Amino acid sequence: MAAAMLSRPVYPGLVPDMHAKHNLIVTEGEGAEAVLDLATKTSAEFFARTTILYCTAGSAAKDHETALAKLNPKHLWVLPSLPTVMFRLKGVLATADMGTRLYAAGTEPFIGSVIQEALAAGIDFKSVVTEHRGSAKRRVQCVHCKGMTENVTTNPVACSHCGINLFVRDHYSRRLGAFQGVIIDAEEPGSAPPPEEIYR
Amino acid sequence: MTTNQIRVRVAEVETVAAQIRRLKLVPIGMSGLPDFSGGAHTILSIPDGERTLRNPYSLMSSPYDTSSYEVSVLKAAESRGGSAFIHDKIREGLPITISAPVNLFPVDRRARRHILIAGGIGITPFMSIMRQLEHDDVPFELHYGMRSQERGAYWRQLRETYGHRVHIYFEDQGQTIPLKTLLDGQPLGTHVYVCGPSTMIDWVLNGARDAGWPAENVHYERFSAPPPGTSFTVELARSGKTVPVGPHQSMLEALEAAGIDAPYLCRGGACGQCETRIVSCAGAIQHNDHYLSDAEKAAGDKIMICVSRVDGSTVTLDL
Repeated sequence: MAAAMLSRPVYPGLVPDMHAKHNLIVTEGEGAEAVLDLATKTSAEFFARTTILYCTAGSAAKDHETALAKLNPKHLWVLPSLPTVMFRLKGVLATADMGTRLYAAGTEPFIGSVIQEALAAGIDFKSVVTEHRGSAKRRVQCVHCKGMTENVTTNPVACSHCGINLFVRDHYSRRLGAFQGVIIDAEEPGSAPPPEEIYR
Repeated sequence: MTTNQIRVRVAEVETVAAQIRRLKLVPIGMSGLPDFSGGAHTILSIPDGERTLRNPYSLMSSPYDTSSYEVSVLKAAESRGGSAFIHDKIREGLPITISAPVNLFPVDRRARRHILIAGGIGITPFMSIMRQLEHDDVPFELHYGMRSQERGAYWRQLRETYGHRVHIYFEDQGQTIPLKTLLDGQPLGTHVYVCGPSTMIDWVLNGARDAGWPAENVHYERFSAPPPGTSFTVELARSGKTVPVGPHQSMLEALEAAGIDAPYLCRGGACGQCETRIVSCAGAIQHNDHYLSDAEKAAGDKIMICVSRVDGSTVTLDL
């Protein structure tokens, strides 16, 4: 495996910022459990000024929306898929102001998509409070054909667009919200080692 | 480090407000000066008898005209000699040495909108920053507070150049910057910048935090002059040299006077370049910088030699 890489994101965990005037929590699947844990570190007042966007299609969803509703957030939007969450997030950010703090919890590709929207809205990625929950699956961009392969759990992995055997590097792009995949058997086609499931 | 020094000639000296002088500096023996970006500063080397004082001043001229640099100098109430020399002794035609520009107060070019807050002589970095923002056609507004009409520099010309984007506040007329109104409800992607007295910087930092702003969007520049203290001795662990530090001298200045080329960049406790490891210390460390965290200051194993000192007999540095 590659040595520790500076671009590899770290997700320190959800911690409430009590100075923010509004909170916007975007979460999917098991990320909801990070929000429930956050609730034990803060007050009902925090959730009274919080909007939650919850994506049920994430990994291992198990009726977390009922538990999230019990936190009495200002708004709770339950949405069926990543694109619908991102569309709503874009709309909310369009009218948000500098007193708003953004939180993201879920799998790495999900957090990556939230950060992409945040950057587009003018938020510094360092201001986004993040926690990784659920699968370690990755979004990988093939550096050869530029196609994105979703839900990658193995290394190497075959590009879902051009079929090349890709070595998944820890090299991460915030702009793309994806890891870099580079051909592993260029010198000797067909010599790729068998895929190992390491991003479960 | 004393590298990247540039010889310039003082081409113009103008008193622009009470206790504030503008200097125009032109290169000697070269056609232009190095490029810089809005918010950058240069360090002027000022002869003072036996010693040389080196003070940082923000570049206030346009980043798009490097045929000359302009700086403004406020005569400090308790000058260590630098600003007093510039006010009392500098004449047009005098050659002096400056450092290549360094920018520790750049604008965030990802921002959609910039709010600039200046107090008194803290206007200077914003003079070059506004030129740049105007050039880049990015929305900005300046809120500039000063004691009085007589003591404030450049406010007339700023109003003329930038019109409604410039907001002026005179303290003696009871006018204050409406900070809370200013910060509340700003759209995402807004950045705020403050330069001025220390109390004003704290006021803006606290105001932004209370308005719910993330720290990433709040920028400030705080230079401090090295405060005086008592005499002590610096021992250099690597070279074995011993250097005395006088009550009105910084450790960095004492090392330079002894011919030692110690690292520095801002000389104001802001940038971190002169961070030096303490081997041992007989006395109390007086941390005067804005760089080390409270935890690092408490640990007592690092010191910024440009502004901090020791109240005691001897400090041994890893130099």
